[in-house]
Amino acid sequence: MKIVLQNLTKKFPSRNRKSHEDVVAVGDFTFEIPDGKLIGLLGPSGCGKSTTLNLICGLIKPTSGKIFFGDNDVTELPPENRGVGMVFQNYALYPHLTVKQNILFPLENLKGKDKLSKTEMESRALEAARLVQIDDLMERKPSELSGGQQQRVAIARALVKMPHVLLLDEPLSNLDARLRLQTREEIRKIQRKTKITTIFVTHDQEEAMSISDMIVVMKDGIVQQIGKPQEVYDNPVNLFVAKFLGTPPINAFDGKIENQTLYVGEDAVMDAKGVLDQEVAVGIRPEGFILQENGPLCCKLNRVEVMGRDISIVSTHGAFTGTAIRSIVDAEHSRHATGEYVHFALKPKKVLVFNKETQERIYINGNQHT
Amino acid sequence: MEKRNHKAWLYLLPAILFLGFFMVYPLIDVFIYSFEEGYNFASQTYFGTGTYNYSYVLRDPYFLQAIKNTFILVIITVPVSTGLALLISVALSSVKPLRNLYQTVYFLPYVTNTLAVGLVFMILFKKTAYTDGMINLILNWFGGSSVDFIDGPYWAKMLVLCVYTIWVVMPFKILILTSALASVNQTYYNAARVDGTSKLRIFTKITLPMISPMLFYLIITGFIGAFKAYSDAVALFGTNLNAAEMNTIVGYIYDMLYGDSGGYPSYASAAAIILFAIVLTITCINLLVSKKHVHY
Repeated sequence: MKIVLQNLTKKFPSRNRKSHEDVVAVGDFTFEIPDGKLIGLLGPSGCGKSTTLNLICGLIKPTSGKIFFGDNDVTELPPENRGVGMVFQNYALYPHLTVKQNILFPLENLKGKDKLSKTEMESRALEAARLVQIDDLMERKPSELSGGQQQRVAIARALVKMPHVLLLDEPLSNLDARLRLQTREEIRKIQRKTKITTIFVTHDQEEAMSISDMIVVMKDGIVQQIGKPQEVYDNPVNLFVAKFLGTPPINAFDGKIENQTLYVGEDAVMDAKGVLDQEVAVGIRPEGFILQENGPLCCKLNRVEVMGRDISIVSTHGAFTGTAIRSIVDAEHSRHATGEYVHFALKPKKVLVFNKETQERIYINGNQHT
Repeated sequence: MEKRNHKAWLYLLPAILFLGFFMVYPLIDVFIYSFEEGYNFASQTYFGTGTYNYSYVLRDPYFLQAIKNTFILVIITVPVSTGLALLISVALSSVKPLRNLYQTVYFLPYVTNTLAVGLVFMILFKKTAYTDGMINLILNWFGGSSVDFIDGPYWAKMLVLCVYTIWVVMPFKILILTSALASVNQTYYNAARVDGTSKLRIFTKITLPMISPMLFYLIITGFIGAFKAYSDAVALFGTNLNAAEMNTIVGYIYDMLYGDSGGYPSYASAAAIILFAIVLTITCINLLVSKKHVHY
C-alpha cells in the first residue's frame, strides 16, 4: 500500500521554562512512499526519524498535516485500525509468553468478522514463523533466545496479522556486527517476498544504503533529501547529507572559486565553469583521489594503511577542516605514496562543492542533480 | 579450597551466632516447651512430656474462637486489600493531575500509629451514651437502625476489625504496586496498542503477569501478616479479647503467657507451634500455586 505524508508536523511543548518555543520533532514532512518498497529513514540521533515512524504507526498524533494509506486518510485513526505491524527497537516481546503465544497475540485480538478459528490462527502463526525461520523455537520463552532470534520473533509477530505497512524502529541496533549484516539481508528478503511496504529507521547509513529502495535523510526534524541510495550518495544536496553518507566519510576542505577555477586552499584543483567567484566548502569522497606525481592537490603524508586490494592514505592539508584526510586508492599506485608529500589528481564526479554559508550544493561543470 | 571455606565460615560467624541465639534457639525451645506438660517458669520444672498441651489447646473454646477469627480475618482481608490496592494503583497510574497528592493521601495510614488509628475507628464506630458514632449516624440517615460495632453482635465487630485491617495494610500494598506498575516498560503497551489489544486484555495478559512477582510477594506477606494479627484487635476492642470474642491466635498466645489468665508457657508454645504449622502450610500452598502464575 502506498503511503502519503502531507506536510506532516509534530511539535512537542518545550520543557525549558525560559523559552516557550515548541520543539519541532518533525517539520513539514511531505513524501509519497510507493507501494511495496523498502524505505530507510536515516539521520543522526534526535533528528525525528523515530517520531516520524510513530506518527505513521499512530502511537502519536501529528500537530498538523495528514497521513494517507492508499487513498484513505488515516491521520485520526488509532494504531489498531491502521493495519500496521511494528517492530520495536527492544522488540517488546512479552517475556512471560512463549514464542508461539507472542506470535498468536495479535491474532487473538481480532474481533467480530475478522475473528479466526483456533486452527486458522495456529496455521497463520506457523506460516509467519516459517517465513523468518523460527518455526523450531515456538515453545521457547524470549529470554531463551538469542538477540537475532528475538528480532525475528518480533518480525513474525508484526507480520502475522498481514499488515499493509511494516514499520521497523532501529531493528538492528541490538545485534552484533556480524548478525547485523546477516539480519539486514533477511529483512530485505522477507520484504521482497511479502511485498509489504516497509519503513525502517536507522542511524547507520551503511545499513540504510545497503538494503533500501529509497532513503530519506533527516536532520533536526527536517527532511534533507529523498532518493535512491546511490543517487543520494553521488549527488547530495548539501554538506550535511554528503558528510552523513559514506564510510570513510567525505573529506571536507575550505576552498574558493576564482576565475572559474576551484581552489582547495591555494591549490587549483579543477575548472569551475560558469560559477561566480566565492568562498566554498569542498567535499571530496575518499575514492575521488588519484595518486599522480604532478597532481594539483598536494598533501602532507602521514601514513599509508594497506587494506589488500586498496590502500588508504592518511594525510593532512592546510585547508582541511577535519583531522586527517582519508583517501582510498588502488594498491597498484602505492609506489607514489612515499616521501613527505603526496600529490593527488581528483575525479571530477567525486568532488562536491557547497556554498560556504548555506552549505547548499553548488553544481559545477554540468555535474547536475539528476 | 578447604582454607577458603574456613574463611567463608568465619565471615558468616557473626550472623550465624546472632541468628542462632535469637531465632533458631528460641524456635527449638518453643518446640520443646510445647511438649513439656505444666512447665513452670519460676521453678523451671514440668510434670512430664507428651502431647497434652496440644490436645488442651485444641479443645480450648477460646483457642477455637481465636482460630475462627483469624481465619475469617485472613480470608476476607488478604484478597480484599490486595484487590483494592491493585485497583487503586492502576487508577493512580492512569491519572496525571494530582497524582502525587493522591499517592500521599493513600500512603498516610502507613505512617500513622496503629493505636491512634484504633482510637479514630472507635470514634467512628463506637456507641456511647452521648452519640451512636459517625457510621451509625450515616446508617440512620439512610434509614437504617444503629448497630453497636464495638460491643455489639459478632458480625459487626468482625466487620470493623476487617475494615480496620484492610485500611491499615493497604498503603504499603499501594506503594509497592504503583512502583511495580511504573516499572513495566511502556513499549509493551505500545506494542499491544498497535496490535489492537483491548484494555481488559492488556491488563490481564500484560500488566498482571508483569507485576505478578510483586503481587505474589504482597499476597504471601499479607497472609503471614494477617495470621499474626493482634495489635489491631487490641486497638479496637481492648486487651480483654477473649471476653469480646475477638481474640486472634497471637492474642491467645499472649494471653496464655502474660494475660489475666496467663502463666501457661506450655499452652502458649503449643498454640505458637500450631500457628507456625498453619502459616507454613499456607505459604507452601501459595508457593505451589505461584509456580504456575508468577513470571519472573
